[in-house]
Amino acid sequence: MENKSYTKYFILLSALLILLFFLNISFGSVSIPFKEIFQTLTGGTPSKESWETIILNFRLPKAITAILVGSGLSICGLLMQTLFRNPLAGPFVLGISSGASLGVAILILGSSVFGGFLVSSSISNWSLPIAASLGAFLVLSAVIIAANKVRNTMSILIIGLMFGSLTSAVISVLSYFSEAAQIQQYVFWSFGSLGNLTWNELLVFGIIYFLGIIGAVSVIKPLNSFLLGENYAKSVGINIKRNRNIILLITSLLTGVITAFSGPIAFVGLAVPHIARMLFSSSNHKILIPSTAIIGAIVLLICDSIAQLPTSEFTLPINAITSLFGAPIVIWLLIRKKTIFV
Amino acid sequence: MKSMSENRVLKTENLSIGYQTKKAQNIVASNINLSIEKGKLVIVLGKNGIGKSTLLKTLAKVQKPLNGSIFIKNKKLSSYSHQELATSLSMVLTERLPESQLTVFELVALGRQPYTSWIDKLSAVDLEKINCVLAETEIHHLKNKRFHELSDGQLQRVLIARALAQDTEIIILDEPTAHLDLHHTIKIFSLLKNLTEKTSKTIIMSSHEVNLSIKFADEIILFTDAKIYTGSPTELINNNSFDNLFPKEIVNFNRNLQQFIINKK
Repeated sequence: MENKSYTKYFILLSALLILLFFLNISFGSVSIPFKEIFQTLTGGTPSKESWETIILNFRLPKAITAILVGSGLSICGLLMQTLFRNPLAGPFVLGISSGASLGVAILILGSSVFGGFLVSSSISNWSLPIAASLGAFLVLSAVIIAANKVRNTMSILIIGLMFGSLTSAVISVLSYFSEAAQIQQYVFWSFGSLGNLTWNELLVFGIIYFLGIIGAVSVIKPLNSFLLGENYAKSVGINIKRNRNIILLITSLLTGVITAFSGPIAFVGLAVPHIARMLFSSSNHKILIPSTAIIGAIVLLICDSIAQLPTSEFTLPINAITSLFGAPIVIWLLIRKKTIFV
Repeated sequence: MKSMSENRVLKTENLSIGYQTKKAQNIVASNINLSIEKGKLVIVLGKNGIGKSTLLKTLAKVQKPLNGSIFIKNKKLSSYSHQELATSLSMVLTERLPESQLTVFELVALGRQPYTSWIDKLSAVDLEKINCVLAETEIHHLKNKRFHELSDGQLQRVLIARALAQDTEIIILDEPTAHLDLHHTIKIFSLLKNLTEKTSKTIIMSSHEVNLSIKFADEIILFTDAKIYTGSPTELINNNSFDNLFPKEIVNFNRNLQQFIINKK
């Protein structure tokens, strides 16, 4: 494909992203006219004061979260698929999100198991993300230590999966000894949620996200060389170990912070890189990193708008929506295209 | 004598190659003393499993030598960083490439990575070099095709083009004609031979094509069970080295025809 049509696709996708961003904000239990929303976002005041609060303190942070989560998870998926040269890899293969879940599980479920140490009523806004980050960081350190002991990249994949099962097992044991109320609280967290983020939390999220994206852009060159396999990458002067560690660190950081703030969101990280590769029919990371980010943001905005059930009081769990609507689309794409690439 | 050492691009001293495990050393071959000059086509011959690939991997720093030393352009290989070595030595491997949608042009362009900036932008020099090697290997018409659509023979030329784009004095190829038919095998051999003559690059390759190697090689490194013979094809024919290559019951070397002949029943 020529550069010109890449540009055309990028312009179209960006326009779609902006449109969906506004649509997403206009959906919700209170219906607000599109014109009023546009007016509020551009600095004006809407005709009802409550609308301003709804838009600026609830819907806008949620839409921004959707963009960060969608693009972040998708880039992690892309990095993992290229690093492991495996189309089934995703941000969760390293067990990072299981680590985050473990942190949250210990915080919520542990309070009934360990009794006095943690009191569930003291769970504040910040304790969930902190517990999740600590859990993710714990698994990340274990994976990186293991990664430096084994030479084979495929072994790291398996080690990550093992850490994942280990943490899931610990969570099962914890749930077995927990009370129904705590289990319910944990299950709600695992449904995933893009809302509930204050502007302060969003700022912390945004800074870490931005660092992750800078990191991802900085490894475009080694990522492209990995397309030929590790031996060729080494032969063009790429430091395999260092770049592998950088990629693992970026993925863990992004997955960790995303899971911490929005719960484990399935499917997006695995599927979006494939959608980007099919749409742009390229394996070049200079094209794939921006396109994966934009498509990831679009996908999550769509999923969130569906989860919102326009004009209804209810919000469906985002984690279910991403898989319910996403999986059939990917299956259809694969059957149509017949081949799958890294 | 002085001119000889100036022309020498690769030298080994008492090199032992093989695999090091925690418990033991598995020596594949030892006491290898090579001296390879600029612009030569050097072919490594020997039966399966005798250590041809191990030698090439050791020379390319993919694998560590068990003993002895390797010098590339009079500098010890162990003191080269991978980045530095990437501008002196390039490789064509036998391993299959992972599936991807890379085009031929993109794949060849990856050979320019030692010279590109952190964002991997191709400069005018890079583009010129890439177009030049596409022409040299006669794959210009394939440049927008995806590499997984190519035939084995075409893919091999693309991989050779990638190594050429890396612009190194030494190119190491591990069995570049495996899986190819006779026609394409000869095309690859003559391409490599032409390259050594035109560009004065040194090409070191392994092969099972003994008869063709005798015709094309400037220098042969012959692995046999007893020892490693080195020399020009004529030298090796004259001192009967080829007789030691295979067990004698099936094929024998015929000195007059300068090739291996299947025994008559």
